[in-house]
Amino acid sequence: MSEKKKDELLNDHNHDGVDRRGFLKCMAWAGTGAFCVMKGGVLNSYSLSRLSEMNTADMMGELSFVQISDSHMGFNKPANPDVAGTLKAAVDKINALSSAPEFMLHTGDISHLSKPEEFDTVDQILKSATPKDVFYVPGEHDVLNDDGKQFLERYGKGSKGAGWYSFEKKGVHFIGLVNVMNLKAGGLGTLGHDQLEWLEDNVKHLKHSTPIVVFAHIPLWSVYPEWGWGTDDSAQAMAYLKKFGSVTVLNGHIHQTMQKVEGNVTFHTAASTAFPQPQPGKADSPGPMRVPAEQLKSVLGITDVNYMQGKQALAVVDSSLA
Amino acid sequence: MRRSVSIGGLAVALVLGTLGFGAGQKRYVANAQEKMSTMEVKIDNFSFGPVTLTVPVGTTVTWTNRDDIPHTVVSTDDSKTFKSKVLDTDEKFTFTFSKAGTYPYFCSIHPKMTGKIIVQ
Repeated sequence: MSEKKKDELLNDHNHDGVDRRGFLKCMAWAGTGAFCVMKGGVLNSYSLSRLSEMNTADMMGELSFVQISDSHMGFNKPANPDVAGTLKAAVDKINALSSAPEFMLHTGDISHLSKPEEFDTVDQILKSATPKDVFYVPGEHDVLNDDGKQFLERYGKGSKGAGWYSFEKKGVHFIGLVNVMNLKAGGLGTLGHDQLEWLEDNVKHLKHSTPIVVFAHIPLWSVYPEWGWGTDDSAQAMAYLKKFGSVTVLNGHIHQTMQKVEGNVTFHTAASTAFPQPQPGKADSPGPMRVPAEQLKSVLGITDVNYMQGKQALAVVDSSLA
Repeated sequence: MRRSVSIGGLAVALVLGTLGFGAGQKRYVANAQEKMSTMEVKIDNFSFGPVTLTVPVGTTVTWTNRDDIPHTVVSTDDSKTFKSKVLDTDEKFTFTFSKAGTYPYFCSIHPKMTGKIIVQ
Protein backbone atom coordinates (compact mmCIF):
# COMPACT_ATOMS: atom_id res chain seq x y z
CA MET A 1 0.00 0.00 0.00
CA SER A 2 1.52 3.38 -1.01
CA GLU A 3 1.56 6.46 1.17
CA LYS A 4 -0.32 8.40 -1.54
CA LYS A 5 -3.31 6.08 -1.36
CA LYS A 6 -3.58 6.67 2.39
CA ASP A 7 -3.51 10.47 1.89
CA GLU A 8 -6.33 10.37 -0.65
CA LEU A 9 -8.58 8.26 1.50
CA LEU A 10 -8.35 10.36 4.67
CA ASN A 11 -10.84 13.16 4.96
CA ASP A 12 -10.14 16.60 6.29
CA HIS A 13 -6.45 17.18 6.52
CA ASN A 14 -5.73 19.69 9.25
CA HIS A 15 -9.39 19.92 10.13
CA ASP A 16 -10.64 21.66 13.24
CA GLY A 17 -13.92 20.56 14.73
CA VAL A 18 -15.53 17.23 15.49
CA ASP A 19 -15.60 15.09 12.37
CA ARG A 20 -17.31 11.78 13.11
CA ARG A 21 -16.87 10.34 9.62
CA GLY A 22 -13.22 11.24 9.67
CA PHE A 23 -12.91 9.67 13.10
CA LEU A 24 -14.46 6.41 11.90
CA LYS A 25 -12.18 6.37 8.85
CA CYS A 26 -9.22 6.94 11.12
CA MET A 27 -10.26 3.97 13.20
CA ALA A 28 -10.54 1.84 10.05
CA TRP A 29 -7.03 2.81 9.04
CA ALA A 30 -5.48 2.09 12.44
CA GLY A 31 -2.90 -0.54 11.76
CA THR A 32 -1.73 0.98 8.48
CA GLY A 33 -0.34 4.21 9.91
CA ALA A 34 -3.18 6.69 10.20
CA PHE A 35 -2.77 9.51 12.64
CA CYS A 36 -5.72 10.61 14.71
CA VAL A 37 -5.37 13.31 17.31
CA MET A 38 -8.12 14.02 19.76
CA LYS A 39 -7.61 17.50 21.12
CA GLY A 40 -10.02 18.18 23.96
CA GLY A 41 -12.88 16.55 22.08
CA VAL A 42 -11.73 17.86 18.73
CA LEU A 43 -10.45 15.44 16.12
CA ASN A 44 -7.56 16.27 13.84
CA SER A 45 -6.65 13.70 11.25
CA TYR A 46 -3.37 13.70 9.40
CA SER A 47 -1.67 11.36 7.00
CA LEU A 48 1.53 9.79 8.20
CA SER A 49 3.67 11.92 5.89
CA ARG A 50 2.37 15.11 7.52
CA LEU A 51 3.29 13.70 10.93
CA SER A 52 6.99 14.08 10.22
CA GLU A 53 6.41 17.71 9.17
CA MET A 54 4.68 18.43 12.45
CA ASN A 55 7.39 16.80 14.51
CA THR A 56 10.07 18.95 12.94
CA ALA A 57 8.05 22.10 13.59
CA ASP A 58 7.24 21.25 17.20
CA MET A 59 10.56 19.96 18.45
CA MET A 60 10.34 21.80 21.77
CA GLY A 61 8.76 19.69 24.52
CA GLU A 62 7.98 16.86 22.21
CA LEU A 63 7.64 13.44 23.71
CA SER A 64 7.56 10.27 21.70
CA PHE A 65 7.38 6.70 22.99
CA VAL A 66 6.37 3.28 21.81
CA GLN A 67 4.08 0.68 23.32
CA ILE A 68 4.66 -2.99 22.59
CA SER A 69 2.74 -5.82 24.13
CA ASP A 70 2.18 -9.55 24.49
CA SER A 71 5.51 -10.83 23.20
CA HIS A 72 4.72 -14.27 24.77
CA MET A 73 8.34 -15.41 24.53
CA GLY A 74 8.26 -19.20 24.70
CA PHE A 75 5.06 -19.65 22.69
CA ASN A 76 5.72 -22.06 19.82
CA LYS A 77 2.38 -23.31 18.51
CA PRO A 78 1.12 -23.02 14.92
CA ALA A 79 -0.30 -19.52 15.36
CA ASN A 80 3.35 -18.37 15.44
CA PRO A 81 6.25 -20.82 15.76
CA ASP A 82 8.77 -17.94 15.90
CA VAL A 83 7.74 -15.27 18.39
CA ALA A 84 11.38 -14.21 18.78
CA GLY A 85 11.50 -13.46 15.06
CA THR A 86 8.37 -11.34 15.14
CA LEU A 87 9.59 -9.48 18.23
CA LYS A 88 12.80 -8.73 16.33
CA ALA A 89 10.68 -7.46 13.43
CA ALA A 90 8.86 -5.18 15.88
CA VAL A 91 12.21 -3.81 17.09
CA ASP A 92 13.23 -3.18 13.47
CA LYS A 93 9.96 -1.28 12.98
CA ILE A 94 10.64 0.80 16.09
CA ASN A 95 14.18 1.57 14.93
CA ALA A 96 12.83 2.71 11.57
CA LEU A 97 10.46 5.32 13.03
CA SER A 98 11.28 8.79 11.71
CA SER A 99 11.06 10.30 15.17
CA ALA A 100 13.13 8.13 17.56
CA PRO A 101 11.05 7.21 20.61
CA GLU A 102 12.51 8.15 23.97
CA PHE A 103 11.46 4.98 25.70
CA MET A 104 9.16 1.96 25.43
CA LEU A 105 6.24 0.68 27.44
CA HIS A 106 5.66 -3.09 27.50
CA THR A 107 2.10 -3.79 28.59
CA GLY A 108 2.72 -7.36 29.69
CA ASP A 109 2.78 -11.04 28.76
CA ILE A 110 6.47 -10.53 28.15
CA SER A 111 6.94 -14.27 28.63
CA HIS A 112 4.59 -17.12 27.87
CA LEU A 113 5.28 -19.37 30.86
CA SER A 114 7.18 -17.07 33.27
CA LYS A 115 10.40 -18.97 32.54
CA PRO A 116 13.68 -17.14 33.25
CA GLU A 117 15.06 -17.92 29.78
CA GLU A 118 11.95 -16.40 28.22
CA PHE A 119 12.43 -13.11 30.07
CA ASP A 120 16.16 -13.24 29.21
CA THR A 121 15.41 -13.62 25.51
CA VAL A 122 13.07 -10.62 25.47
CA ASP A 123 15.64 -8.52 27.34
CA GLN A 124 18.24 -9.55 24.79
CA ILE A 125 16.09 -8.69 21.78
CA LEU A 126 14.99 -5.33 23.19
CA LYS A 127 18.63 -4.37 23.76
CA SER A 128 18.90 -3.74 20.02
CA ALA A 129 16.04 -1.24 20.07
CA THR A 130 17.01 2.44 19.82
CA PRO A 131 15.08 3.45 22.97
CA LYS A 132 17.09 2.05 25.85
CA ASP A 133 14.59 2.59 28.66
CA VAL A 134 11.72 0.13 28.89
CA PHE A 135 8.93 0.32 31.45
CA TYR A 136 7.00 -2.87 32.14
CA VAL A 137 3.77 -4.01 33.69
CA PRO A 138 3.09 -7.75 34.05
CA GLY A 139 0.58 -9.85 32.16
CA GLU A 140 -0.99 -12.96 33.69
CA HIS A 141 1.61 -15.07 31.85
CA ASP A 142 4.41 -13.26 33.69
CA VAL A 143 3.31 -14.11 37.22
CA LEU A 144 2.75 -17.85 37.04
CA ASN A 145 4.05 -20.18 39.76
CA ASP A 146 5.59 -17.58 42.05
CA ASP A 147 3.02 -14.85 42.71
CA GLY A 148 5.02 -12.51 40.51
CA LYS A 149 8.26 -12.59 42.55
CA GLN A 150 10.45 -13.07 39.50
CA PHE A 151 8.71 -10.26 37.62
CA LEU A 152 9.27 -7.89 40.54
CA GLU A 153 12.94 -8.84 40.80
CA ARG A 154 13.50 -8.19 37.12
CA TYR A 155 11.30 -5.20 36.40
CA GLY A 156 9.79 -3.95 39.64
CA LYS A 157 12.52 -1.77 41.17
CA GLY A 158 10.97 1.20 42.88
CA SER A 159 7.47 -0.11 42.43
CA LYS A 160 4.86 -0.75 45.09
CA GLY A 161 2.85 -3.86 45.88
CA ALA A 162 2.66 -6.20 42.89
CA GLY A 163 4.57 -3.71 40.74
CA TRP A 164 2.63 -0.46 40.33
CA TYR A 165 4.47 2.84 39.94
CA SER A 166 4.48 6.24 38.27
CA PHE A 167 7.00 8.52 36.59
CA GLU A 168 7.14 11.83 34.73
CA LYS A 169 8.42 12.56 31.26
CA LYS A 170 8.31 16.08 29.79
CA GLY A 171 5.36 17.04 31.96
CA VAL A 172 3.36 13.90 31.17
CA HIS A 173 2.49 11.72 34.15
CA PHE A 174 2.78 7.96 33.51
CA ILE A 175 1.13 5.39 35.76
CA GLY A 176 1.84 1.64 35.48
CA LEU A 177 -0.87 -0.50 37.03
CA VAL A 178 -1.07 -4.24 37.74
CA ASN A 179 -4.43 -5.94 37.19
CA VAL A 180 -3.38 -9.58 36.81
CA MET A 181 -2.83 -10.62 40.43
CA ASN A 182 -5.26 -12.41 42.76
CA LEU A 183 -7.76 -13.06 40.01
CA LYS A 184 -11.03 -14.43 41.37
CA ALA A 185 -12.92 -17.35 39.87
CA GLY A 186 -15.42 -16.13 37.29
CA GLY A 187 -13.95 -12.63 37.45
CA LEU A 188 -12.09 -10.20 35.27
CA GLY A 189 -8.83 -8.35 35.80
CA THR A 190 -8.58 -6.67 39.18
CA LEU A 191 -6.65 -3.73 40.67
CA GLY A 192 -7.46 -4.27 44.34
CA HIS A 193 -7.93 -1.97 47.28
CA ASP A 194 -4.26 -1.20 48.03
CA GLN A 195 -3.46 -0.21 44.48
CA LEU A 196 -6.58 1.95 44.16
CA GLU A 197 -5.68 3.75 47.38
CA TRP A 198 -2.18 4.35 46.06
CA LEU A 199 -3.58 5.65 42.76
CA GLU A 200 -5.92 8.09 44.47
CA ASP A 201 -3.04 9.48 46.47
CA ASN A 202 -0.68 9.49 43.49
CA VAL A 203 -2.81 11.84 41.39
CA LYS A 204 -4.36 13.91 44.16
CA HIS A 205 -2.06 16.90 43.88
CA LEU A 206 -1.51 16.93 40.13
CA LYS A 207 -2.79 19.90 38.12
CA HIS A 208 -5.85 19.10 36.02
CA SER A 209 -3.92 20.11 32.92
CA THR A 210 -1.29 17.38 33.42
CA PRO A 211 -1.61 14.84 30.63
CA ILE A 212 -1.97 11.36 32.13
CA VAL A 213 -0.94 8.05 30.57
CA VAL A 214 -2.07 4.89 32.36
CA PHE A 215 -0.74 1.55 31.22
CA ALA A 216 -1.83 -1.90 32.40
CA HIS A 217 -2.12 -5.35 30.83
CA ILE A 218 -5.81 -6.23 30.86
CA PRO A 219 -8.09 -3.55 29.36
CA LEU A 220 -9.34 -1.01 31.87
CA TRP A 221 -12.64 -0.79 30.03
CA SER A 222 -15.21 -3.46 29.36
CA VAL A 223 -14.17 -4.80 25.97
CA TYR A 224 -15.79 -8.26 26.26
CA PRO A 225 -16.46 -9.57 29.78
CA GLU A 226 -17.45 -13.03 28.51
CA TRP A 227 -13.81 -13.59 27.62
CA GLY A 228 -12.45 -11.84 30.71
CA TRP A 229 -11.60 -8.74 28.68
CA GLY A 230 -12.17 -6.10 31.35
CA THR A 231 -11.24 -5.09 34.90
CA ASP A 232 -13.63 -5.54 37.84
CA ASP A 233 -12.74 -2.31 39.62
CA SER A 234 -11.44 -0.05 36.87
CA ALA A 235 -14.40 2.32 37.26
CA GLN A 236 -12.99 3.36 40.63
CA ALA A 237 -9.59 4.04 39.06
CA MET A 238 -11.12 6.10 36.26
CA ALA A 239 -13.07 8.11 38.84
CA TYR A 240 -9.77 9.29 40.34
CA LEU A 241 -8.70 10.47 36.88
CA LYS A 242 -11.95 12.23 35.99
CA LYS A 243 -10.61 15.69 36.76
CA PHE A 244 -7.83 15.54 34.16
CA GLY A 245 -8.19 17.11 30.73
CA SER A 246 -6.30 14.39 28.90
CA VAL A 247 -6.10 10.74 29.92
CA THR A 248 -4.68 8.05 27.66
CA VAL A 249 -5.11 4.43 28.74
CA LEU A 250 -2.83 1.91 27.05
CA ASN A 251 -3.54 -1.80 27.46
CA GLY A 252 -2.68 -5.13 25.87
CA HIS A 253 -3.99 -8.64 26.54
CA ILE A 254 -6.50 -8.92 23.69
CA HIS A 255 -3.92 -9.12 20.88
CA GLN A 256 -5.68 -6.66 18.58
CA THR A 257 -5.97 -2.92 18.36
CA MET A 258 -9.10 -1.36 19.72
CA GLN A 259 -9.91 2.16 20.74
CA LYS A 260 -12.65 3.91 22.65
CA VAL A 261 -13.01 7.55 23.51
CA GLU A 262 -15.06 8.60 26.51
CA GLY A 263 -14.97 12.32 27.23
CA ASN A 264 -11.35 13.20 27.97
CA VAL A 265 -10.24 9.56 28.14
CA THR A 266 -8.85 7.63 25.20
CA PHE A 267 -8.66 3.87 25.80
CA HIS A 268 -6.38 2.00 23.44
CA THR A 269 -5.25 -1.62 23.19
CA ALA A 270 -2.15 -2.70 21.29
CA ALA A 271 -1.60 -5.59 18.93
CA SER A 272 0.63 -8.41 20.08
CA THR A 273 4.10 -8.99 18.64
CA ALA A 274 3.44 -12.75 18.92
CA PHE A 275 0.00 -13.82 17.66
CA PRO A 276 -3.45 -12.35 17.02
CA GLN A 277 -6.65 -13.25 18.82
CA PRO A 278 -10.19 -13.22 17.44
CA GLN A 279 -12.48 -10.22 17.67
CA PRO A 280 -14.94 -10.33 20.57
CA GLY A 281 -17.44 -13.13 20.09
CA LYS A 282 -16.16 -14.08 16.63
CA ALA A 283 -14.78 -17.44 17.81
CA ASP A 284 -15.49 -20.08 20.45
CA SER A 285 -12.76 -18.74 22.69
CA PRO A 286 -10.11 -16.00 22.82
CA GLY A 287 -7.23 -18.36 22.00
CA PRO A 288 -4.42 -17.79 19.50
CA MET A 289 -5.87 -17.22 16.05
CA ARG A 290 -4.19 -18.83 13.07
CA VAL A 291 -3.80 -16.81 9.90
CA PRO A 292 -1.94 -17.77 6.70
CA ALA A 293 1.79 -17.43 7.33
CA GLU A 294 2.20 -14.62 4.82
CA GLN A 295 -0.45 -12.58 6.67
CA LEU A 296 0.93 -13.03 10.18
CA LYS A 297 3.03 -9.87 10.29
CA SER A 298 0.10 -7.77 9.14
CA VAL A 299 -1.88 -8.68 12.27
CA LEU A 300 0.99 -8.04 14.69
CA GLY A 301 2.20 -4.57 15.53
CA ILE A 302 3.55 -1.71 17.62
CA THR A 303 1.98 1.53 18.84
CA ASP A 304 3.73 4.89 18.47
CA VAL A 305 2.58 7.65 20.82
CA ASN A 306 3.42 11.32 20.44
CA TYR A 307 2.84 14.22 22.76
CA MET A 308 3.40 17.79 21.73
CA GLN A 309 3.64 20.33 24.50
CA GLY A 310 0.81 22.78 24.35
CA LYS A 311 -1.44 20.22 22.73
CA GLN A 312 -3.39 18.38 25.40
CA ALA A 313 -4.07 15.08 23.73
CA LEU A 314 -1.58 12.39 22.80
CA ALA A 315 -1.50 11.07 19.27
CA VAL A 316 -1.69 7.29 19.17
CA VAL A 317 -0.63 5.53 15.96
CA ASP A 318 -0.70 1.78 15.38
CA SER A 319 1.50 0.14 12.77
CA SER A 320 1.53 -3.49 11.78
CA LEU A 321 4.79 -5.36 11.22
CA ALA A 322 4.08 -5.70 7.49
CA MET B 1 -39.60 -82.47 11.43
CA ARG B 2 -39.23 -78.82 10.83
CA ARG B 3 -40.51 -77.98 14.29
CA SER B 4 -37.94 -80.09 16.07
CA VAL B 5 -35.14 -78.59 14.01
CA SER B 6 -36.34 -75.15 14.77
CA ILE B 7 -36.75 -75.93 18.47
CA GLY B 8 -33.25 -77.37 18.47
CA GLY B 9 -32.04 -74.29 16.71
CA LEU B 10 -33.81 -72.12 19.25
CA ALA B 11 -32.27 -74.08 22.10
CA VAL B 12 -28.80 -73.65 20.63
CA ALA B 13 -29.45 -69.99 20.10
CA LEU B 14 -30.63 -69.62 23.70
CA VAL B 15 -27.51 -71.33 25.06
CA LEU B 16 -25.22 -69.28 22.87
CA GLY B 17 -27.13 -66.19 23.75
CA THR B 18 -26.76 -66.87 27.48
CA LEU B 19 -23.05 -67.39 27.13
CA GLY B 20 -22.73 -64.23 25.12
CA PHE B 21 -24.80 -62.28 27.57
CA GLY B 22 -22.77 -63.59 30.49
CA ALA B 23 -19.51 -62.49 28.92
CA GLY B 24 -21.02 -59.18 28.03
CA GLN B 25 -22.17 -58.68 31.57
CA LYS B 26 -18.67 -59.33 32.89
CA ARG B 27 -17.26 -56.77 30.49
CA TYR B 28 -19.81 -54.24 31.61
CA VAL B 29 -18.88 -54.71 35.25
CA ALA B 30 -15.18 -54.33 34.49
CA ASN B 31 -15.78 -51.08 32.62
CA ALA B 32 -17.91 -49.74 35.42
CA GLN B 33 -15.09 -50.43 37.86
CA GLU B 34 -12.61 -48.58 35.63
CA LYS B 35 -15.04 -45.70 35.34
CA MET B 36 -15.24 -45.47 39.11
CA SER B 37 -11.50 -45.13 39.63
CA THR B 38 -10.45 -42.65 36.92
CA MET B 39 -12.41 -39.81 35.44
CA GLU B 40 -11.35 -37.23 32.90
CA VAL B 41 -11.85 -33.54 32.41
CA LYS B 42 -10.74 -32.11 29.10
CA ILE B 43 -9.57 -28.52 28.95
CA ASP B 44 -10.38 -27.12 25.54
CA ASN B 45 -11.44 -23.81 24.05
CA PHE B 46 -10.96 -22.01 27.35
CA SER B 47 -13.42 -24.29 29.14
CA PHE B 48 -13.49 -27.38 31.34
CA GLY B 49 -15.44 -30.31 29.91
CA PRO B 50 -17.56 -31.47 31.58
CA VAL B 51 -18.10 -28.31 33.64
CA THR B 52 -19.57 -30.30 36.51
CA LEU B 53 -18.37 -33.84 37.16
CA THR B 54 -19.89 -36.10 39.80
CA VAL B 55 -17.68 -38.92 41.05
CA PRO B 56 -17.64 -41.48 43.86
CA VAL B 57 -15.24 -41.07 46.80
CA GLY B 58 -11.82 -42.46 45.91
CA THR B 59 -11.89 -41.39 42.28
CA THR B 60 -8.82 -39.96 40.60
CA VAL B 61 -9.68 -37.15 38.24
CA THR B 62 -7.31 -36.32 35.38
CA TRP B 63 -7.39 -32.91 33.69
CA THR B 64 -5.77 -32.77 30.25
CA ASN B 65 -5.04 -29.47 28.51
CA ARG B 66 -5.96 -29.65 24.83
CA ASP B 67 -5.75 -25.90 24.26
CA ASP B 68 -2.71 -24.30 22.64
CA ILE B 69 -2.47 -21.90 25.56
CA PRO B 70 -1.51 -22.86 29.14
CA HIS B 71 -4.11 -23.27 31.90
CA THR B 72 -4.18 -24.17 35.58
CA VAL B 73 -6.58 -26.10 37.80
CA VAL B 74 -6.98 -24.38 41.17
CA SER B 75 -9.66 -25.20 43.72
CA THR B 76 -11.52 -22.31 45.24
CA ASP B 77 -12.88 -23.97 48.38
CA ASP B 78 -11.76 -22.74 51.80
CA SER B 79 -9.03 -25.34 52.24
CA LYS B 80 -7.63 -24.76 48.73
CA THR B 81 -7.71 -28.52 48.24
CA PHE B 82 -5.78 -28.75 44.99
CA LYS B 83 -3.62 -26.55 42.81
CA SER B 84 -1.93 -27.67 39.64
CA LYS B 85 1.24 -26.26 38.21
CA VAL B 86 0.89 -24.47 34.89
CA LEU B 87 -0.25 -26.98 32.26
CA ASP B 88 0.97 -26.39 28.75
CA THR B 89 -0.65 -28.18 25.77
CA ASP B 90 -1.10 -31.94 26.41
CA GLU B 91 0.09 -31.71 30.01
CA LYS B 92 -2.02 -33.35 32.71
CA PHE B 93 -2.93 -32.85 36.34
CA THR B 94 -4.39 -35.56 38.55
CA PHE B 95 -6.02 -35.47 41.95
CA THR B 96 -7.62 -38.26 43.99
CA PHE B 97 -10.72 -37.26 45.91
CA SER B 98 -10.77 -39.15 49.19
CA LYS B 99 -13.41 -37.02 50.89
CA ALA B 100 -16.98 -36.37 49.85
CA GLY B 101 -17.92 -32.79 49.10
CA THR B 102 -18.23 -30.13 46.43
CA TYR B 103 -15.00 -28.80 44.97
CA PRO B 104 -15.36 -25.72 42.78
CA TYR B 105 -12.24 -24.73 40.85
CA PHE B 106 -11.06 -22.34 38.16
CA CYS B 107 -8.13 -21.52 35.92
CA SER B 108 -6.06 -18.91 37.76
CA ILE B 109 -4.71 -17.53 34.47
CA HIS B 110 -8.13 -17.19 32.82
CA PRO B 111 -10.51 -16.80 35.75
CA LYS B 112 -13.65 -16.91 33.62
CA MET B 113 -12.97 -20.67 33.26
CA THR B 114 -14.69 -22.44 36.11
CA GLY B 115 -15.68 -26.02 36.92
CA LYS B 116 -16.86 -28.22 39.74
CA ILE B 117 -16.19 -31.74 41.01
CA ILE B 118 -18.92 -33.24 43.18
CA VAL B 119 -17.70 -36.17 45.23
CA GLN B 120 -20.39 -38.45 46.65
